[in-house]
Order: sequence, then structure tokens, then C-alpha cells
Amino acid sequence: MNTRESSTSAPQPELPLEETPLSVYDLTVAYHRKPVIWDVSFKIPPGKLVGIVGPNGAGKSTLIKAIMELIPKASGRVQIFGKPYQKNRQRVGYVPQRESVDWDFPVDALDVVTMGLYKEIGWCLPVRKKHRDLAMDALERVGIADYARRQISQLSGGQQQRTFLARALVQNADLYLMDEPFAAVDAATEKAIVQILQEMKEAGKTALVIHHDLQTVPEYFDYVILLNMRVIDHGLTADVFTPENLQKTYGGRLTLLEEATETMRRREQSL
Amino acid sequence: MSGLEQWNWYLDGWIIVAGILCAVSSALLGNFLVLRKMSMLGDAITHAILPGLAAAFFISDSRSSIPMFAGAVLAGILTALFTEWIRSFGKVDEGAAMGVVFTSLFALGLVMIVQAADHVDLDPGCVLYGAIELTPLDTILISGWEIPRVVVVLSIVLLINLLFVIFFLKELKLSSFDPALATTTGFNATLIHYALMTLVAVTAVASFETVGNILVVAMFVVPPAAAYMLTDRLVRMIVLSVILAIIAAVLGHISAITVPRWFGYQSTSTAGMMAVAAGLLFVVAALFAPRHGIVVIFVRRQILAWKILAEDIIALMYRIEERDAQQKPDAAYLREILFSSPLPTNLTLRYLTRHDQITDSDGMYELTKTGRDRARQLVRSHRLWEHYLVEHAGMSAENIHKQAEQLEHFTDRQLREKLNEDTIDTDQDPHGRPIPPENKTN
Repeated sequence: MNTRESSTSAPQPELPLEETPLSVYDLTVAYHRKPVIWDVSFKIPPGKLVGIVGPNGAGKSTLIKAIMELIPKASGRVQIFGKPYQKNRQRVGYVPQRESVDWDFPVDALDVVTMGLYKEIGWCLPVRKKHRDLAMDALERVGIADYARRQISQLSGGQQQRTFLARALVQNADLYLMDEPFAAVDAATEKAIVQILQEMKEAGKTALVIHHDLQTVPEYFDYVILLNMRVIDHGLTADVFTPENLQKTYGGRLTLLEEATETMRRREQSL
Repeated sequence: MSGLEQWNWYLDGWIIVAGILCAVSSALLGNFLVLRKMSMLGDAITHAILPGLAAAFFISDSRSSIPMFAGAVLAGILTALFTEWIRSFGKVDEGAAMGVVFTSLFALGLVMIVQAADHVDLDPGCVLYGAIELTPLDTILISGWEIPRVVVVLSIVLLINLLFVIFFLKELKLSSFDPALATTTGFNATLIHYALMTLVAVTAVASFETVGNILVVAMFVVPPAAAYMLTDRLVRMIVLSVILAIIAAVLGHISAITVPRWFGYQSTSTAGMMAVAAGLLFVVAALFAPRHGIVVIFVRRQILAWKILAEDIIALMYRIEERDAQQKPDAAYLREILFSSPLPTNLTLRYLTRHDQITDSDGMYELTKTGRDRARQLVRSHRLWEHYLVEHAGMSAENIHKQAEQLEHFTDRQLREKLNEDTIDTDQDPHGRPIPPENKTN
């Protein structure tokens, strides 16, 4: 039924650019001259939860990092609410992969959440009680206020992920980019994250989430980007999350089974 | 007898002050080198300032400080840049990149220094190992006070480093922990990185006259590494590293005077002894740190192993009683079933006897009332767990014993009640043995 080729035109009616949280035009990123993502173009509508799915090495993290200019683009353009990233940086919140930081670092959960407010506090000025209270509220919201004063390596994987989420919350951004927030978390954390995402959506915020568990995609996301070096398809989940598209994204492999094995391997590693 | 009778508050005092200033300025920055896992880059920078120093000697033909400072700091920053540059080619990892940069620069510096030594009043030994003992001899007059030049320079550096760490604590913390977040929220992590590296180079240059070019890295890395063993909060770590640096400096100078005398030698290099003292402090911290100390972890593990063995013994005795109330096991019999070694088993049996859990009648053991109550709870936990594992984890009856055996030691009354509620109402475990009640009154 759905045989649209990957296209740059979203099926929605055109929105003014300054209301479009994220538009990406012909983005190519190369690592040591080898392209990782190639000619990626898409727009995402406001107030939606957007999932990015694709096999390992498809360039999902690279895409997010390139959007935030953490890695250089080979070519292409990115606009956040109609402006280049640097101009609208404060409207973007980032939740990195859990493995990307050193959890033995000598800080507690509250410290990590407070880091989301540093921008607001500004250079050289100290963290004050007001900021700690805000951070505490965010920890309360993700349900781990009791662990605020724990050194972060003493938190479980799920609690660490929630700490990151709380940090994103205090950033009070309009567009959130999240790199696998559901990776290797317990069921309770998964539920908590989904609820927070829903609350964000109700507040009119947009979240772009790298996701691995194909089973839950239709349940969690309104909008999906299928990525494998190129954008295979993007659009409303109901329209584009089809077996044909998944086949194209994951190649001829037995996708669900492989995904399940992959998830198991990840969980084991995280134990 | 000890060498301390020659102690001179003016000379030794200034040497210690110089040592403390150098150790503390280095330790302040060193915390962030250690936390960023960049101690090696600190090492590289401190070595690579050598050609900068040498070039400055050549050009200015003197030990005048300003050009020397500039040349050396520049060389240090270039090291950080080169390392990043070589790494960006790919293929070469950071360690190898630094190895390439700093050994080449250091060797170049060494060659130049040896050459320069013929023309300028310069001793390669001083550059490499420092000459902290000469500190009080070279003084300048500041508002009527004769203060050693090195002390003045190091005080300024310490002040700069202190202000840097205090004012940019937040930024340093963020960019060390999560450089991506720092950059995306407008705190340029690269900028902070190079600011830190510049100060590392400045500190290394200022320190080379006291502790020398090679040992300064010990001052950067060792006190913060030891402090990291002792705490898991950043501010505490910084404060501790400063305290340890001060102790290392004082201890270093005193032992440089005293220790060699014990063996009939002249006093030795203070800088060397400062590094040794710092190393010893690290060893002590690594062994006895409250949470991460090797000895502490070992002792904690032993205590747990003993507790488990004690519980295994009484649970086994309960099971023996259950089968045959008349049988009284001896130590050999218990060991055979538990696969435990003689010494810990005998010690644990003695411990249990003393704590009224079992009685010892000529080597035959029997549970007391207290012991039996405790054992019953363990066996109850074990059998409830077996039920739970079969029902909720889908495990087969053959595989559950081992896991239940571990879980029983960490199950309190509250958890047992929850287990009891979560499993089907029965008084038999999956192997058909009775689940004893929580309390028995007889």
C-alpha cells in the first residue's frame, strides 16, 4: 500500500519554518571520508514524539550529533525553528547515550541535573538554592528524588537514565534530542520515561528519540523516521511503519528476531 | 642524629614553602586531568615544555624569565594541539599520538639543553630534577622583604590556578563530565580544555626550577588520584588533593634530610622525596580508602564470606535435624557437605558456639533454641525463593537450588512476607519438603 520512495516532502501541510522544530536538508556526514549519513532530509512537526529507527551503524547517533554540531557536517543544512542551530541552541535539549559519560565521576544525581541549568546560571556564577530546588523538582518528576544525594555510580541503570531525563527537563527546551533513552532500562523506568514524554508532548514540546525496540514504536511514537544511512521513509507512524519499509530499512534480515537478540545482548552487557 | 639539628627556619622554611606552593598549584589543576583521564596529556605537556625552555635560553642567552616562560608555555600548548591533530588523522590513538609528540619534543629539548649548557649558565640536571634546595639563595626585594624569586612566581601561579578553579568550577565540572552537554549549552568544551592545558603548561614551567621537568607530573597526578580514592564528591576531592599535596611537600623535605642519614648518607633531593611521599600517600589511600580501599574491600568480603558460612552451617544443621532429630554432626561431616576448608569452618563453629547458636558436646554439634529459630528462617527463605523462582522466573526445579542458596542470605523478614504473598499458598517447596513457619512456639 505504501510504496512512496524516500522523499523530502512531508505529507503534512506546509508549516511556517519558524514553527517547525527541526528541518534537515541534504545532510551528509562523513567519518574519515566514509559517509555515515547521506543526503538526509526531513522535517518534523511540532508537539510530536518522533522515533528514529534503523539498524546498528545506520547513523542515528551521528544524525543527532550533527544536528547539534557536535560533529562537522560534510554538507547540508539544519534549521531549528527556522534558524541555524547556533542561533536557537537554547531551545534544544540533549539526552546523550548513557554510556557516553563516566559514571564514576565524583558528582551526585542532583549535581548532574543541575548541570542542565548551567546555561541559565551563566559563566562563573555559582549554583544557588533556587537552582537546586528546580533540579530537585525534576528529580521528583522522574521519581528518583530519594536518590538525589547518591554518587551516580551507585544508581541503577534505570535511575541513571532518569537522572539524564531530569536534566533534560530542567533545560526547559522546546525540542529534545534523545539518544536511546530506553536502552537497557528496567520496566518501571521505561514506563516513567514514556509518561514524561507524553507530558512533554502535552506541553507542546517535540522529542526526537532514537529507539531500538521495534515492538513499541507504534505505541510510543506519533511520527517515525526510518534511517539506514539515508532516510528510507518518514511520516506518521501509521503510514510509514510498515513491514515493507522495515524490510527496506533493515535489509533482508529477520528484523524482529535480530532486534530481540540485540536487545538481549545489550541488557546482558548492562548487567 | 637525624639531620634535623641542622634545621634552619630561614632556609628549610623557604624550601618547604616553595614545595607546598608548587605541589598545591599542580594538584588543583591535576584533579581535572585525572577526572578527564588526561593524566598522560599532563605528562606530555610537562615534558614537551623542555624545547621551549631551551629555545628561550638560546634566543635570550640568559635565564631571564619572561621569554623563557612564553617559549615554554607555547611549547606546552602546541603539544596539546599536536596531540589532537595527530589523533584526528585516525588510526593513531590518543596514547600513541602523545607518545609521538612528547618524546620527540622532549628529546629535542634535551639535545638543545645539552648544547646550551656550553654557552649559558645552565645545568641539565637542574632542569630535569629541579633545584628546590637553591630556592632561598635567589631572592628579590618586595616592599622591604627578601623573598625568594621562585616563591614569588609560584605564589602568582597558585593564585591564578586557585581563581581559575573557583570561578570556573561549574564549567570545569560540566566539561569534564559531559563535554557534549557543555558544548550544546554554550560552554565551549574545547575552549575550556585549552584554558586548562595552558595553565598546566604555565604551572609546569613555574615548577621546573623547584621540582624539575620530570617530577612535576607526579605533583599534578598523584595527590588528586589519591584524593579520588578517598571521596566521591568533587569539591571534597579538590580540598583533599590540596591537603595531600601539602603533606607530600612537608614530608618530602623532612624525609629528604632525615631518611638518608639513617643509612649514613648525605641528605637527598627534596623534589624526589616529595614525589616519593606523594606516591606513599597514594598507596595508603589505595589500601585503606573507606569505600574503594583494597584492604577495606578485602575485609568486607571476608566478613560477608564468614557470615554466609555461619548461616550455611546452621541451615545445614537444621536440615539434618529435620531428617533425623537424633543425628549430631561433627565438624568433618559439615565440611564434607559444605565443601569448606578446615580453618574457617572450625573458627565459625567456635564463633557460633560462643554466640549461643549451637552447643558443642565433644565435637558433636547441636542447634540451640536461638540457632534453630535463625536456621528455620533461613530455610524458610530458601524454600520460598525456590517457589518464587519456579513460579515467576520460569525456572525448572533442578536449577533453583543454587540461586535460592545465594538469595537466602540476603532475605529479611519483610522480604520473606512478600515472597509468601507472591507465591501459591503451600507449605511444601517444589522438591516436596516442608516450608517451616516464620515462628514456632515449642
